[in-house]
Amino acid sequence: MEFLAATTLSDALAAKREQPEAVPLMGGTDVMVELNFDRRRPPALLDLTGVRELDEWSMDGDVVRLGAGVTYTRVIEELGQALPGLAMASRTVGSPQIRNRGTVGGNLGAASPAGDSHPPLLAAGAKIELASVTGTRTVSIDDFYTGVKSHAGRPDELITAVLVRSARGPQQFSKIGTRNAMVIAVSSFGLALHPDVKRVRTGIGSAAPTPRRAVEAESFLSSALEEHDLWETRAALADSLVREFGERVKAAARPIDDVRGTAAYRLHSLAVMARRTLGWAWADYAGGTA
Amino acid sequence: MPPATPTEAPPEPAAPADAPDATRGDVAGGVGHSAGRPDSTLKVTGEFAYGSDLWMDNMLWGVTVRSPHPYARIRSIDIAEALATAGVFAVLTHEDVPGEKTYGLEVADQPVLAFDVVRYQGEPVALVAADHPEIARQAAKKVRVDYEVLEPVTDARAALGHATPDLHGDQAGQVTELSRAAPYLHPEGNLVRHLKIRVGDPDPVADVVVVGEYDVGMQDQAFLGPEAGLAVPDGVGGVDLYVATQWLHVDQRQICAALGLRAEQVRLSLAGVGGAFGGREDLSMHVHGCLLALHTGKPVKMVYNREESFFGHVHRHPAKMRYEHGADRDGRLVYVKAEIYLDGGAYASSTPAVVGNAGTMGLGPYVVPNIHVDCYGAYTNNPPCGAMRGFGSVQTAFAYEAQMDKLAAQLGMDPVELRVRNAMAEGSPIPTGQVIDSAAPVAELLQRLRAMPLPSDLDGADLRHLPGGVSNTTHGEGVRRGVGYAVAYKNVAFSEGFDDYSTARVRLEAVAGAPQVTVHTAAAEVGQGLVTVEQQICRTELGVDTVVVHPKDTQVGSGGSTSASRQTYVTGGAVRAACHRVRDRVFALAAAYLGETLDDLRLEGGNIVSQTRGAVGSVADVLGTEVVEETTQWRHRRTEPIDPETGQGFAHVQFAFAAHRAVVDVDVELGLVKVVELACTQDVGKAINPDAVVGQIQGGSTQGMGLALMEEIQISEGKIRNPSFTDYLIPTILDTPPMPIEVLEYADPHAPYGLRGVGEAPTISSGPAVMAAIRDACGLELTKVPVRPEHIVDGGADREVSGTD
Ligand SMILES: Cc1cc2nc3c(=O)[nH]c(=O)nc-3n(C[C@H](O)[C@H](O)[C@H](O)COP(=O)(O)OP(=O)(O)OC[C@H]3O[C@@H](n4cnc5c(N)ncnc54)[C@H](O)[C@@H]3O)c2cc1C
Repeated sequence: MEFLAATTLSDALAAKREQPEAVPLMGGTDVMVELNFDRRRPPALLDLTGVRELDEWSMDGDVVRLGAGVTYTRVIEELGQALPGLAMASRTVGSPQIRNRGTVGGNLGAASPAGDSHPPLLAAGAKIELASVTGTRTVSIDDFYTGVKSHAGRPDELITAVLVRSARGPQQFSKIGTRNAMVIAVSSFGLALHPDVKRVRTGIGSAAPTPRRAVEAESFLSSALEEHDLWETRAALADSLVREFGERVKAAARPIDDVRGTAAYRLHSLAVMARRTLGWAWADYAGGTA
Repeated sequence: MPPATPTEAPPEPAAPADAPDATRGDVAGGVGHSAGRPDSTLKVTGEFAYGSDLWMDNMLWGVTVRSPHPYARIRSIDIAEALATAGVFAVLTHEDVPGEKTYGLEVADQPVLAFDVVRYQGEPVALVAADHPEIARQAAKKVRVDYEVLEPVTDARAALGHATPDLHGDQAGQVTELSRAAPYLHPEGNLVRHLKIRVGDPDPVADVVVVGEYDVGMQDQAFLGPEAGLAVPDGVGGVDLYVATQWLHVDQRQICAALGLRAEQVRLSLAGVGGAFGGREDLSMHVHGCLLALHTGKPVKMVYNREESFFGHVHRHPAKMRYEHGADRDGRLVYVKAEIYLDGGAYASSTPAVVGNAGTMGLGPYVVPNIHVDCYGAYTNNPPCGAMRGFGSVQTAFAYEAQMDKLAAQLGMDPVELRVRNAMAEGSPIPTGQVIDSAAPVAELLQRLRAMPLPSDLDGADLRHLPGGVSNTTHGEGVRRGVGYAVAYKNVAFSEGFDDYSTARVRLEAVAGAPQVTVHTAAAEVGQGLVTVEQQICRTELGVDTVVVHPKDTQVGSGGSTSASRQTYVTGGAVRAACHRVRDRVFALAAAYLGETLDDLRLEGGNIVSQTRGAVGSVADVLGTEVVEETTQWRHRRTEPIDPETGQGFAHVQFAFAAHRAVVDVDVELGLVKVVELACTQDVGKAINPDAVVGQIQGGSTQGMGLALMEEIQISEGKIRNPSFTDYLIPTILDTPPMPIEVLEYADPHAPYGLRGVGEAPTISSGPAVMAAIRDACGLELTKVPVRPEHIVDGGADREVSGTD
């Protein structure tokens, strides 16, 4: 196996052009597990840990440009205000060691339906920046996940950054696991209120072949909020509305039975998480703290 | 039906009973002190060499070819391509096993390498040795085994031809085609052992009767150091094996049989053991490594990876149990009927002894006048099951304690009160008729637990204190608190007449003018701290500070198994006995040195001290160049087999008692659980090392809690679905609650220093206490262990939850 160690982004992109089958290596917390278990024998590894450009985050107006190599630990410590949903999700990833190594870019690269970054990025309406020697493009998170563990990046491209607007309203993330730490999601749910555009967005994890939004539930809720002037009045939400939202989130999922949980439980838990996260987010909004 | 006549202890060949003054708690680093471990610095700094760190220049790497099928006939094995691979030195099959082709701890039914059939997924079929681990792994894939796949037998009751419950659970079990069709997996059939206890009235009647069926899943020992060893050929037909194991001599016996060698030709040394919990009692790579080493003439190392480890050792028996308890209106037990099925998997391993424990200990620490127990161990094509901490008592405790709570609810009685009313005490008969002849403070353990303050109410401010933790699933919604109690009792050391001894060699000499002791036993240190205990006993008995623990090997006699909570008792007893002999010889030397015989001597602070005259000489001076060495075999008191029809007999050496109170918060809407506190009381007779005792209680409590909440090897059609730590979950520190612990010390007059085995009892009662607390919180029966979120949610489907959500 060849080991390509890039130190600049242009070197990395050139290498990827030359050898599109080279597997990018960021924190290695997915890649190394696959290699150790012999699930994958790539001809080459492309080590990105030395590429400074990927390690940084910056603000461009109110948009956070989160380098693909920023670790969960840094997201938690530095971006809790701007990206609260992602920070909450980051807090649930693995153990301190994994959070110190693992990156949001790696999570996107793996594109596992159980990855914890996906629901908050879907809810926030992120864009993924993909680069190759021929140029840079951005893909909406809505179009990023293309199948089980596959995404919209081309073989000659690298994920270079995630672009997310700084939160304008409350965000929540909730994840079910059969232990209270260090657990792969049985199911997960992200929710973001966007009062500036009067929209609610969601993200469902571990309950369909790919991470996905509950689009119908979102529009149901957004129009109900609009209809009753709730964005302005910030009045309490009717219990029936919250329940109906939960049921519609559940209806958006297509879970399976597996070793981590049953499809029925996943559906049930999504409805509960949707209700609860909406309740918390709305309470924040009504309290005017956000 | 036999009357419940108490069974007396068989006559003692020797009187091991102990004068209490033998315990001198005042020696620094001695018995009763929390002496530090000799290997602690190495372990904390990461320098301790575990089995997987073994290394020799020019060594080869051995790899095991395993069956992908739970049950299949082997038509042929073609090794040609694998053998032709560059770098490969040997490919071996059952044809290369020179001695006995099968081995086993109690029954030699397990092939060293499979022939004719494979009976479980992961069964070793062939071996490869190569000069690089990767080459060995790739070559292993080229061993072509032609299998005729057979329908596996995966239900213990069906394997025995017994009734199996209907799928919906709404009809009584029936003998179906499944049971009629189960083939014999071994020539004698699928029954490994059937234990019966029959006491008192066969048709008892009671005012109140509760029936329950319980199902305990397959737990794994989940030790962190995978199976590992290094076999080094000696060039003259013998072999030295360095291996992480639990009982060097029982390994040696089995390896010799398989290799056709004598004991002198197969020498074992203990490699660093990264946890065991019973999972290293059976052989893993031992014979395989030796075969490859002898075949190639080179050292061969074998290390399993995490996934292979799940196939490389036995697990805890899953159990299906039906219990019926009858009591009078005052809550006094009238009778218990129990039917217990333990799934032993493909090979016997220690199933007969596990059945022995589950059957004889399976009613808990309660006095029961009329008893009818049937406990079965069966062969199936599931993964082999054998020893694991708590050994049969863990499974049954889930059932008997759930039954006690059910009975209390039926009677409208406090569950602790019901237990206290039926608690065993010193002088009580146990179901096998044996009378408990030392402290049995069951009632006190419960009362002390109940007197401990309860933890404060739900703290919603910190997510880590809530069910789901930082996963942020609740801010208090749906959360209900529950409290549950459970009690364990466990036989210590080997039961049913087994000749269970340990050997110790103790040497005393002067080194550079200071006395030094070397203690040499073959008893395996697996992390529990026996090495520390050996040092402590030498310090106390010989008054010498510097005690070197000789590496554990077979150059000294057997130390018996590191299991059954027995090493501090039995090897500790042997070390003490050897120390006494050494001491007596030093006194004889002192007499020569002093020119007179004093009969009030003791060893203290490196000196020989007379009660009346004070220090009369230093040990170093008295010894001069003399090396005093003594080797002693030591036995605990004898036990006897139980009667095969009635289950009566003096079967057990000693009993350990522990009790737990669990406090849990359950999110009843999501089925997630946070254990808030797990309090424990345990009688340890004498805490030889108080810190180590607390460590055992914390670890055992956590392991038992893990079984209640999450630990399960999931099997489907005989195949393991979760052979990894991604999906075989064990509690993390964030799942582990504060543990208030009270340690009682009621000396057992039959045991050295009055001690009781400690390690297993807390593993037995913690899980049932957690289950009781969860039931209390949700008001559900919850008969399946581990409890999964969907059980709580499904069970409470109609529950209306009030809350802010
Ligand atoms: C013990 C443990 C616990 C874990 N717990 C969790 C958890 O709770 N939640 C969770 O979501 N995940 C968990 N994971 C999985 C893993 O940590 C995450 O997916 C993490 O985000 C991966 O990031 P990384 O930087 O380590 O990626 P890597 O392993 O380096 O890469 C992951 C994938 O992304 C690709 N990739 C990396 N960088 C790029 C790039 N710039 N462009 C294109 N492709 C790229 C790689 O080729 C690979 O396919 C856990 C893993 C372990 C070992």
